[in-house]
Amino acid sequence: MKQETRIILKNAGRIDPGSIDDYIAAGGYEGLRKALGMKPGAVIDELLEAGLRGRGGAGFSTGMKQRFTSKGCLECPRRYVVVNADEGEPGTFKDRIIMEQDPHLYLEGTIIAAHAIRASRGYIYLRAEYHQSIERTLRAIEQAYEKGFLGKNIMGSGVDLDLEIKLGAGSYLCGEELTMLESLEGKRGNPRIKPPFPAEKGVFGMPTLVNNVETLANVPLIISKGKQWYRQFGTERSPGTKIFTISGQVNKPGHYELELGISLRELIDHLAGGMREGKAFKAALLGGAAGTFVGPVMLDERLTYDNLAEKGATLGSGAVIVMAEGDPVHDILHNCLRFFRHESCGKCVPCRAGTTLLVRESEELRAEHPDKDGLLQQMLREAQIMASTSLCPLGQSPVLPLKSAAKYFADELTGRGRA
Amino acid sequence: MYFALLYSQYPRTMSIESTIRQFRPEKHNLLMILHALQNSHPKNYLTEEALSNTARYLGLTKSAVYGVASYYSMFSLTPRGKYIIRVCVSPVCELLKAKEVVGILEKELGITTGQTTPCGLFTLEHSECLGQCQEAPSMMINEKVYNQLDANRINDILQGFRQHKP
Repeated sequence: MKQETRIILKNAGRIDPGSIDDYIAAGGYEGLRKALGMKPGAVIDELLEAGLRGRGGAGFSTGMKQRFTSKGCLECPRRYVVVNADEGEPGTFKDRIIMEQDPHLYLEGTIIAAHAIRASRGYIYLRAEYHQSIERTLRAIEQAYEKGFLGKNIMGSGVDLDLEIKLGAGSYLCGEELTMLESLEGKRGNPRIKPPFPAEKGVFGMPTLVNNVETLANVPLIISKGKQWYRQFGTERSPGTKIFTISGQVNKPGHYELELGISLRELIDHLAGGMREGKAFKAALLGGAAGTFVGPVMLDERLTYDNLAEKGATLGSGAVIVMAEGDPVHDILHNCLRFFRHESCGKCVPCRAGTTLLVRESEELRAEHPDKDGLLQQMLREAQIMASTSLCPLGQSPVLPLKSAAKYFADELTGRGRA
Repeated sequence: MYFALLYSQYPRTMSIESTIRQFRPEKHNLLMILHALQNSHPKNYLTEEALSNTARYLGLTKSAVYGVASYYSMFSLTPRGKYIIRVCVSPVCELLKAKEVVGILEKELGITTGQTTPCGLFTLEHSECLGQCQEAPSMMINEKVYNQLDANRINDILQGFRQHKP
């Protein structure tokens, strides 16, 4: 039986998330103490060699991102660290668990990351719907100031950092890092053209490091326990663990911290308690709306970034939405397309027009239509055009669930098969 | 701490001007100010006066402030109820019968999604994923999350709010 490997969530449910003393007693802020005794470049090297990759979905090397930011715009008077706590990918709630159950862990990671890139100011961009995360993070920040882990001359090191929370207001797109910077500046959530990347020109035009909550939660562990310790978990190319959030037709939906390499079948049967009411597995939507459907033939594939990419699937944020026999794939696909239409900012014409068009065609697919095969092919072509011509990941995403649904469930979508 | 202003339970006695002045007059505070103003209005929305005072305070044009206020789904430019019900309609909730939840609420409240009850107590809205998928289907009423919804539970919850004991 596969089991969880809890390193990020080792405190979750065990300590009082409202108490900094509990966190310290569990070894908290040791990583920060150690990091402040290291040169910023040495902190970056440690993270680089530990092989930490961003947990927001893209999987980019965290150490590289920090190195670029630390070297970006050297004449700029200030650099920033920004925590992406705008978790909104459907089916994803890993960051919420960290923020609610162990807020000091990602806060400590944020302070270490700020030291690594020599940032003196930072923001946590948190979605306004996550009230408990907001409250716990606010409390954690207050306590960190009281203990001298934030503010001027942190732990006598001469390092300064001021950190504050900024709230989103219900825009999925603001979880995209460049759009988030626009929103942080108090503007509409329209994406920016890149380059320049945030490492060179981020919030207020200054070099900015944007990291996901789960990514930052790894940082104190790597610094306090070392890269060798960290590399015992996971695979050579994806060290450490990943928090999966599994939902839908399983008996024990929830969050599970795992070393990468588990299969979908093991995740469902060993951890999530098997299929609800003993139903047969039909499909899973991996990575949320901006993710991919997989059918039963994928049950035994290893859930790693690289293996899934080879098979045309994605792991993304770690969301696994499980569907059972009898659940219409079209309903969930349509839900994703409707979601993209709602969240499109309207800046790029292909995305603004395309997301509307896809919803309309998806409705036609469900109703009477003389040539459903042709219609599905047309939708795929249009989604592909959107992907090639839209500025940001939103317009590039509808093709993912659409193409993968068509790959495994074309008969059902075109009315030849039954749900 | 001005964060208290971001909660709808906060005593709604502050004027627009004194609410705005809790924040530094810097443009990046716009969203925070709009949250605070909306929550300080008994009808949970942004009035034209609120928008123009904010514009003046931050040195922005009224159109820029309107542009931001109308962009974000959580802001409303029309009056709403005392309690905003946001039903999650994400794929996971849909899979676990969110449509039934919406149907029960619409029937129980006698309104359709987007409307406010004539008594001014409830506004019914849809929301994208609330991140509560482990206990779907879900909804929020103002700041509080309610999971594993069914007809009985929804009736109990609404009853509580009607008796002002949320």
